[in-house]
Amino acid sequence: MEPWEEEEGPVKKFMYVNRKVPYGTIYALESLEVVLIAAAFDQDVTLVFIDDGVYQLMKGQDTTGIGMKNFSPTYRALEGYDIEKLYVEKESLESRGLTPDDLVVDVEVKTRSELADLMEEQDVVLSF
Amino acid sequence: MAMLHTVNKSAFENRSLDSCIAHAKPGSSILLFEDGVVAAMEGTVISDKIKSILGDIKVYVLGPDLRARGLSTDKVIDGVTVLEDYGGFVDLVTEHDNVQAWL
Amino acid sequence: MKLSVMINEGPYQHQAADSAYQFTKAALEKGHEIFRVFFYHDGVNVATRFGVPPQDDRNITVLWSELAKEHNLDLVVCVAAAQRRGILDADEAKRHGKDGNNIAPGFRISGLGQLIEAGIQSDRLVVFGD
Repeated sequence: MEPWEEEEGPVKKFMYVNRKVPYGTIYALESLEVVLIAAAFDQDVTLVFIDDGVYQLMKGQDTTGIGMKNFSPTYRALEGYDIEKLYVEKESLESRGLTPDDLVVDVEVKTRSELADLMEEQDVVLSF
Repeated sequence: MAMLHTVNKSAFENRSLDSCIAHAKPGSSILLFEDGVVAAMEGTVISDKIKSILGDIKVYVLGPDLRARGLSTDKVIDGVTVLEDYGGFVDLVTEHDNVQAWL
Repeated sequence: MKLSVMINEGPYQHQAADSAYQFTKAALEKGHEIFRVFFYHDGVNVATRFGVPPQDDRNITVLWSELAKEHNLDLVVCVAAAQRRGILDADEAKRHGKDGNNIAPGFRISGLGQLIEAGIQSDRLVVFGD
């Protein structure tokens, strides 16, 4: 147990909402860094990808041409961090002509309305 | 449960307000602040969108951000509440169960 | 109520650090407790003491430093985000062999765990960014 982990600490519902295309800005990468740290705190973590955030999960990202690090393989490692609630919004995929087959991880597709319900249940929502 | 959504971008150039409205449930509230305040004004191509949600969702706009941009509180859409100062923003945060910033 | 604030954009470029300051000040005036203010993404740039804005403009860093001093605020700058952007305290500068540090009074550099802890310990976490 790490010193910052409380044995009997409160468990809160944290939702991380990703809404931006990767690489053009750093939000997607630094959001992922938050999620990886958050995993150590034994909180109830939900990770959602809506709007342009769905592009963060695209298969076959090749960043050699732009000279930046491809961090998309990290999404595949999230399961190992016990982050299992990973949701992608159906309407966001569809409006961008994408399907779950285009994505680098097995995600659960949820409707906008389901995600809206889930957001209301959270204690903390961090949007990137 | 009632959630507070905040939108700080101009709805004329950015889809954050649209996405916020699409996810905001009846009974929740939306606060327009920073550049987001432009959506609170009467007589724009966005006004009808705001009016159409007012029955289900409370909409607030931050007065200091309106005034900074030369936007008159007299021209704010009927039914949109103008918060006089940041204290009003604080009250909204504490009166709602949770907050989501649509960045 | 116990509140925390997160700031995700740099000073002057974006209103986020100003809005967060006004919000924090108003919350303190109303008697709320500010558990922590966490600076992330380009928000870490608020913590440099080397900014020299024009005399007739506000100095956002100094405003935060003064508010922190007055109310004993915990201003935390994310270490990973700060390292990328060259925001260093004396320890970090030494560790990375840099010839100086630039962190302003009242700010401290620490890990992302501080953000999660703020979320756990506070009644509300309010995010300012772009």
